[in-house]
Amino acid sequence: MNAILNTIFTKHQHQPGALLPILYDIQHELGYVPEDAVPLIAKELNLSRAEVHGVITYYHHFRQTPPGKHVVRVCCAEACQANGSEALAAHAAKRLQGADVTLEPVYCLGLCSIGPAIQIDETELHARVTPQKFDALMHKLGEKA
Amino acid sequence: MSITLYVPGDAGALALGADEVVAAIVKQANKLKLVINIVRNGSRGMFWLEPLVEVVTAQGRVAYGPVTVADVPSLFAANFTAGGKHPLRLGDIEALPYLAKQHRVTMRRVGIVDPRSLDDYLAHGGGKGLALAHSMQPADIVCLVTDSGLRGRGGAAFPTGIKWKTVLDTTASQKYIVCNADEGDSGTVADRMLLEGDPFCVLEGMAIAALAVGADKGYIYVRSEYPHAYAALNAALAVVGDWLGDFHIEVRKGAGAYVCGEETAMLESIEGKRGIVRNKPPLPAISGLFGQPTVINNVITIASVPDILAQGAAFYCDLGVGSSRGTLPFQLAGNIKFGGLVEVPFGSTLRELLYDYGGGSRTGRPLRAVQVGGPLGAYLPESQFDTVLDYEAFAAIGAALGHGGIVAFDDTVDMAKQARYAMQFCAIESCGKCTPCRIGSTRGVEVIDRIRAGDSAQIPLLRSLCDTMTYGSMCAMGGMTAYPVLSALNHFPEDFQ
Repeated sequence: MNAILNTIFTKHQHQPGALLPILYDIQHELGYVPEDAVPLIAKELNLSRAEVHGVITYYHHFRQTPPGKHVVRVCCAEACQANGSEALAAHAAKRLQGADVTLEPVYCLGLCSIGPAIQIDETELHARVTPQKFDALMHKLGEKA
Repeated sequence: MSITLYVPGDAGALALGADEVVAAIVKQANKLKLVINIVRNGSRGMFWLEPLVEVVTAQGRVAYGPVTVADVPSLFAANFTAGGKHPLRLGDIEALPYLAKQHRVTMRRVGIVDPRSLDDYLAHGGGKGLALAHSMQPADIVCLVTDSGLRGRGGAAFPTGIKWKTVLDTTASQKYIVCNADEGDSGTVADRMLLEGDPFCVLEGMAIAALAVGADKGYIYVRSEYPHAYAALNAALAVVGDWLGDFHIEVRKGAGAYVCGEETAMLESIEGKRGIVRNKPPLPAISGLFGQPTVINNVITIASVPDILAQGAAFYCDLGVGSSRGTLPFQLAGNIKFGGLVEVPFGSTLRELLYDYGGGSRTGRPLRAVQVGGPLGAYLPESQFDTVLDYEAFAAIGAALGHGGIVAFDDTVDMAKQARYAMQFCAIESCGKCTPCRIGSTRGVEVIDRIRAGDSAQIPLLRSLCDTMTYGSMCAMGGMTAYPVLSALNHFPEDFQ
């Protein structure tokens, strides 16, 4: 971990306000921000551990524990609610029980007229997701995994 | 001879399978030994037609949509690469009433240009504003923007020229331009579409702002839920060369905090801190990012500037009504048949957008409520659909236009539940700095739960709580949560019985 962190620190050493970009890079490399990394980040940026911890826990995006093999986000904001996202979220929770998938709500993916929308991992988006379509997508994800 | 096709790389098109359609087209073309060139443009903003495929022919672009992978063989069989007849053929997309009736200014290049090509941007009228700005005095640029009547499109509608003037008049060795691309409101997609479909326009607008106030560093704060917009901006910055002169732009990714769309919380986030709202004063225009004078503008505001420079203040100011000048890209979302982006001058009505453009609900049931302006915007009943779309007319009915997002609900909606959601969203997203927002939102959820359980004596308490949040909160997060709650309560009291 230390080698990864040092590479990341070097990359950002001349960047003002580098904490969020550093946390992004760490999470990208390791999947989450381990507790052991906190004092090292604090030392690098001349911050207190509390300040670093405060930032990690403030933002929904940063994780303190490893996620499942895949992360599935279901949009739960109003525009998707108008198109049945609540039922989809409930279906997803049932369908993914016991699966190595982290299921999270997300508040708007910017797909507001073609909801309900979901995001799989970083960049994969799907719109007008019915429970049937959701099952098909998860089936495909299972084959990939 | 090579054939040029346009298939959007817009997140909306991708979510409906645009990449799979591209792969199928490439495969079929290879099989037929056709040489094709596929441009990944932005979306035209007619999402029921996505993925929309446009083919360049001698007669201009011919559109087909919505195209699925299964349609690809029959499209080739119909000789669509020469504009051939097919059930999905739409012809000239710009002749469809949905687009023909609009007055696109800020979004005029989205869906038309190649967002990865600076040359294409310049060939479609981009760059003229910046070229002109180089030959102008900073005060004259600011004056022109003030005269255009442009107001902040993020939601607060503050006059842009006045903000710029404050930064220009503040002496400092370092000033910043920050573009707020933290488009977190549900129902809004305009920033995303513009960033993905015409990123150079945002860069040009920022560079003009930099010349106007004397800044040499800019930040674009993009929400993490928009990975494709983030990629589009970085791709654009990678090919600008010296087009922006000495002005340097860095793209920063948000981390899933809605309140970071509030300008001071955003500054804290860029500085590497928790996105906690700052006290005002000092205004960010005087003491903003890293304590320096900072222009903060929304994506659409910034992107409106190049054309105002190039075509003059009157060109923009002549559009609109009252003190709402120019155009606003409205976004039709939620339960709506023809959802998408409709850019029109201020002055039309909600009804025109919902029915003439939107075609009513997607489910075919009557529209019962529409929420305008995101999660902090009011729910409007059918009796208010004739309200004129301008900032003041909306303020007069206790509503806000915000960023122009319009979310439609049919008659199955439970408005007490929507009111509860508004409080719950505030509880999840509150930065926690001020008590009315942090604690009021949680109490609000509890009070609404008691009302929904039958205790209508709690309604005065809910009103009192909304009053405290409205007048006691530090920013719009807690201050405007009462808009959806009270509008639901006032216009749909039967749902609270």
